Amino acid sequence: MSAAEKYVAAAYLVVFAFVVVYLAIMALKLTRLEREVGELSELARRRADG
Amino acid sequence: MLCAAIALIFFYAPVDADQGLSQKIFYFHVPIALTSYACFGWGAWKALLVLWKRKPGADLESYVAIHQGVIFGALTLITGSIWAKISWGVWWTWSERQLVLFLVLFLFYSAYFMLRFSVEPGPQRENLSAVYALFGVVLIPISFLAIRLAESFIHPTVFTSRGPQMATSQFATFCVAFAAMILLAGTLYRVELVGKRLDAHLRELRELLA
Repeated sequence: MSAAEKYVAAAYLVVFAFVVVYLAIMALKLTRLEREVGELSELARRRADG
Repeated sequence: MLCAAIALIFFYAPVDADQGLSQKIFYFHVPIALTSYACFGWGAWKALLVLWKRKPGADLESYVAIHQGVIFGALTLITGSIWAKISWGVWWTWSERQLVLFLVLFLFYSAYFMLRFSVEPGPQRENLSAVYALFGVVLIPISFLAIRLAESFIHPTVFTSRGPQMATSQFATFCVAFAAMILLAGTLYRVELVGKRLDAHLRELRELLA
């Protein structure tokens, strides 16, 4: 692999890594939101039951 | 779309006779830079709506657009530096107006977050953030035109007043890569915006139920 090939691969890997990291952050956030919705739904159910 | 762009870049577009393989970085570097400008422009437009029409939610939209712009700006600087290392032998050069102006634009919008989070949430923060975002948009045409106005430069100019200086296949590949990058930014913008809105609604609901 020539030096130019290595640098081109690095440039594309940086962009790919960004997309992967961004998706991972969004997945973590969605998991947290799902958990919070579950907690609030449980809280509302308990309120409704009295 | 990104996969199609990558396939075209490596299997359809010819290797540049002048720059060689390093020119392949251009197909991602320039669309990322243009997407970054578009994000900053969109953020400024939303900021204008905050000040002009007091549109609810425009402040959050402006913030998310600028956040995307800064991320794409960082990617522009990284991919540009890698290209510079191959072509010029250095990661960075301060003598290039295009590079320095893009860095100024990037740092200007990076400071937006410091300003935004140093003020308590409310109308004052919305106004300050909006005014700052609007000031930054002035740098976009300066940064874009800098390379064309420069008298001596080593940064290549592909898009001139005589049209794109490349083969049709290269230009078609560039257009697909640009569309893919805009689509990626648009999708990430929507996802982040929905996440932040959901967060705000949940916080409100939690306060109501507490």
